[in-house]
Amino acid sequence: MLSRRSLLLVPAAATLAAGPAYAATAPLKIAFVYVSPIGDAGWTFQHELGRRALDAAMGAAVKTSFVENVEEGADAERVIRKLAADGNDLIFTTSFGYMNPTLKVAGSFPSKKFEHATGYKRAVNLATYSARFYEGRYAAGVLAARMSKTGVFGYVAAFPIPEVLQGINAFTLGARSVNPKAATKVVWTSSWFDPGKERAAADTLIAGGADVITHHTDSTSVAQAAEEKGVFSIAYNSDQSKYGPKTCLTAVTHNWNDYYIARVKAALGGTWKSIDTWGGVKEGMTRLAPYNAAVPDAVRKEVDGVMAAIGAGTRKPFAGPIADQDGKAKVAAGQAMADKDIAEMKWFVAGVQGKI
Amino acid sequence: MAVLAPVLAPVLAPVLAVVLAALGAALLFAALGRDPLACLHTLFIAPLADRNGWSELALKATPLLLCAIGIAVGVRANVWNIGAEGQFTMGAIAGGATALVLGPAGGWYVLPLVLLAGIAGGAAWGGVAALLRTRFNAHEILVTLMLSYVAIQVLGWLVRGPMQDPEGFNFPQSRLFDPSALLPALFEGGRVTVAAVFAVLTVPLGALLLGRTVMGYRLRVVGLAPGAARYAGFSERGAVWFCLLLSGGLAGLAGICEVAGPIGQLMPSISPGYGFAGIIVAFLGRLQPVGIVFASLLMALLYLGGESLQITQQLPLAATGVIQGMLLLFLLAADVLTLYRPRWVRRRAHG
Repeated sequence: MLSRRSLLLVPAAATLAAGPAYAATAPLKIAFVYVSPIGDAGWTFQHELGRRALDAAMGAAVKTSFVENVEEGADAERVIRKLAADGNDLIFTTSFGYMNPTLKVAGSFPSKKFEHATGYKRAVNLATYSARFYEGRYAAGVLAARMSKTGVFGYVAAFPIPEVLQGINAFTLGARSVNPKAATKVVWTSSWFDPGKERAAADTLIAGGADVITHHTDSTSVAQAAEEKGVFSIAYNSDQSKYGPKTCLTAVTHNWNDYYIARVKAALGGTWKSIDTWGGVKEGMTRLAPYNAAVPDAVRKEVDGVMAAIGAGTRKPFAGPIADQDGKAKVAAGQAMADKDIAEMKWFVAGVQGKI
Repeated sequence: MAVLAPVLAPVLAPVLAVVLAALGAALLFAALGRDPLACLHTLFIAPLADRNGWSELALKATPLLLCAIGIAVGVRANVWNIGAEGQFTMGAIAGGATALVLGPAGGWYVLPLVLLAGIAGGAAWGGVAALLRTRFNAHEILVTLMLSYVAIQVLGWLVRGPMQDPEGFNFPQSRLFDPSALLPALFEGGRVTVAAVFAVLTVPLGALLLGRTVMGYRLRVVGLAPGAARYAGFSERGAVWFCLLLSGGLAGLAGICEVAGPIGQLMPSISPGYGFAGIIVAFLGRLQPVGIVFASLLMALLYLGGESLQITQQLPLAATGVIQGMLLLFLLAADVLTLYRPRWVRRRAHG
């Protein structure tokens, strides 16, 4: 399905011959399309950190820009098209809903390069990338189980799409690896960003006995709710320690910096290809933010060890035996789930209390 | 001149408001360290520099116009449809379902049925509010607004459940519609579809309805003088039903034209709030169909210009929001000042 034609290599070879100094020619124009305002934490903010890292690392060799808060409906295609028509050479579209618009525009601009985050449609000049956030979630589950007294966790989640379900399941599996009785309660908010609803969901979960709460939503209100109520939280997307100085244990963070720098270097060096990247702990795309002072040394060591094992590939979050909520075996002992099945996940593991 | 004033003022006031907003925007751009003239050019002129720009403007204005015309007819009869967003969504769902079912078979009949289903879906959603109003006296402002959120949740459930693309890796989206269910583009290479023609047609039809028909007369009487309307035997229930079905149908048409047009599939977010923006457009256009045309074009231009400001001038989105706010403020202020003359009155001491 992937076509890896090397047409793009030809002009690139000429660039290389001219010398390695990127800045000698006109800067590579790079644009980012964001689904929400940048803010100071969350999905878009992490991509913006990547853009800033790109600027810092590449200097005059690149000229980056962004458009924020672009709706996923009919507007996306116009924005992407305008960016391409305005002379941007490499365009990153950072939300799933941009998939078909990006594909359409990529078809109209064969000389430009496009990268779409979290989608699955590719073309000669359209690459895709995402990260195995669930790997960090698994380690977070281990941490949660070690810090919890009740063994009941709260999970504020946006929508039951595979990426979110992977996180909930991996978190629960991680927790159950140290406390087989651990349970995760899920509340859906049906919104990626709704501080009020996220807050209400967090309060409900805390009232229901959860003493570590986490979230797969975009605001900082879950960490804030936990701080006020005096229970622990594990944040998502960005480091949110300033919103939970006493209680936010860590955060499962996204890190696109190295990926963006590598892809831009490939584009400058002529080695850019339309590939599908699904990095994880190993690639540094998902990480844990620095631990809270409340986390004892022994637990830090254990969780660091889990992260290291995942990074080394010796521990797989979705290794069998895994049963679903009804007790039906989904992965046999000694087996690990295939990437395709992980990518399409649409069920809960045993230990999750909630409905999809 | 004094004779002309009542005629000219309603025309000149919005022009003055736009000029004032442009001046305010220029100050803002200067304060942000940009070249004000270049930014104004980017905001108001650059988006219309080529044929594609006009096509995008018409594409963006179409759903605003369709929603606003229906809302305006309702407000004239004192029926407040705040939930065009929900009717828009229901129209997209009903039409989209038709497209997904009939599309694969192809045939000329698919698209007309898709459009009719869209209109019916929106009208039905408006009809729910009409039923609750006429039967249980539940006010339509609240009901239509709340039904919007219901519709959006229904769409979210459908694209994660029954209408989910089986080959879509469980992402929340439907299959792409078949070409037979898609609206044809007005010209090669542009995205604007025949939906723009539908929208333009509603303008003379709306004007005709309000100005030249008995129904329109009744609606206006119900709106302006409910007591007189009752005395004349004009049914308020009839007006409620008519307005909500009409505005719901038009919003539904807008919805299906978006998903069977530039989007091409059902997905959780199909509208950046066209139904709600339609309320602003209806009032900016003074509830007159022709005024609404200008208002929807202006709103659309602000959207496009705001994007351009981000892309070419690297201005934050919030700057566009400030300019939009200034424009609305000046327009409303101009309205007030054409209708009323403020006088400074010295407070007298009461003796």
